[in-house]
Amino acid sequence: MINKIRESAAVAVADVHDGATVLIGGFGEAGSPIELIHALIDQGARGLTVVNNNTGSGHVGLAALIENGRVAKMICSFPRTTNSTVFPDLYSRNEIELELVPQGTLAERIRAGGAGIPAFYTATSIGTLLAEGKEVRQFDGRDYVLEPALKADFALIKCRCADRYGNLVYSKTARNFAPIMATAATTTIVQANEIAPVGALDPESIVTPAIYVNRVVEIRSPLQESELVASQVRYP
Amino acid sequence: MSTHVENAAGWSRQEIARMIARDIPDGSYVNLGIGMPESVVNHIPEDREVIFHTENGLLGMGPAPEPGREDPELINAGKKHVTAVAGAAYFHHADSFAMIRGGHIDICILGAMQVSQSGDLANWSMGAADAAPAVGGAMDLVAGAKQVIVATQHCTKSGAPKLVDKISLPATGLGVVTRVYTDLAILAVGNGAFELLELAPGVELKTLQDKTGAPIVIPAKYSAEQAAV
Repeated sequence: MINKIRESAAVAVADVHDGATVLIGGFGEAGSPIELIHALIDQGARGLTVVNNNTGSGHVGLAALIENGRVAKMICSFPRTTNSTVFPDLYSRNEIELELVPQGTLAERIRAGGAGIPAFYTATSIGTLLAEGKEVRQFDGRDYVLEPALKADFALIKCRCADRYGNLVYSKTARNFAPIMATAATTTIVQANEIAPVGALDPESIVTPAIYVNRVVEIRSPLQESELVASQVRYP
Repeated sequence: MSTHVENAAGWSRQEIARMIARDIPDGSYVNLGIGMPESVVNHIPEDREVIFHTENGLLGMGPAPEPGREDPELINAGKKHVTAVAGAAYFHHADSFAMIRGGHIDICILGAMQVSQSGDLANWSMGAADAAPAVGGAMDLVAGAKQVIVATQHCTKSGAPKLVDKISLPATGLGVVTRVYTDLAILAVGNGAFELLELAPGVELKTLQDKTGAPIVIPAKYSAEQAAV
């Protein structure tokens, strides 16, 4: 019997190793798997390379993972946002590495990683600092830059509803990076607000088919990052 | 004229947004950048259907929700709470940028730090070494949208021209901007020069030229009008 359901976030992230590359879903707080991130902080893995669009807010979730010294390098498109001080401060002191990637190139690198495409050409960033040192090739008279695929050891993502096979449906714009991250990691770990019986999810509406998912944890009523930030909560 | 207040002439931020909205054709798919472009959504004439795309994964973005109806899982690219209109669709990030990179977005409207007379845009980095640079989707949008419109104040807060002969800040894209809407004027960009399309009320041609860091091509009708005053 296939059963990808795990009893807790702690069990689900137990084997994340030092130096692992971890894709973390979410765009700001929308879709951020905050309970999985907190479990990863408790677990203690260090020297991580983390891929996320941003770098977290306040002192919880991704910002707390960074603040607790677990992240050696961030790969992201927009590392400073409202209420984000942890990463900008470390960066200004040269204490964390940053690979800045245009948002669409970041998404496509992850998509390519999950789809077995080792690299692709894009017109994005041509003529800018972010294309410097990269291979440029002309197609139909226009310049394109070569970008490598991005794969990872783990993906931590959040969805609205899952079944024990690992089929996933999402909620509105909280979907963002999760479906592509699920495809690009060796081990994809999901926190779901709800677990449904197999067969309950309409096959026409499943966004992430189960083949991409390894572990599912049910987290009912997950923490809301913006509320924690407003209350100045620090994790742990 | 001795009591002339410099800031009295020209368009307000809301008026700039209204002028942009006036010029968006019915049926367009439009991406709005963070800041002034966001207010364009509030000014679309009622007889037009314009579909707004937000790159975090929503086509059919509506205005901000009523207070108390905010949904933390329904936001725009600026991470502000929004609504989804009837006929909206959600999708993941790679699909969202396929819409952009694949040339499916008709118009994107962005802010600017500098725009050059050849349409080069700088709007992502001041070039400071110790500040974490942030680019977001700006480079994808200027590379992929069919038309790139800039909405900006004509000058920086310190009074320096934002419309220049050559950009000095790091580029977002080269030769990408087609039109600029500022508090002083609407200008076409593209043929290697800024060309005046529409002058804001009360703005003199000399003021416009003095506050622009490159020559402006002025259609004869404007030169004639102001010469007659």
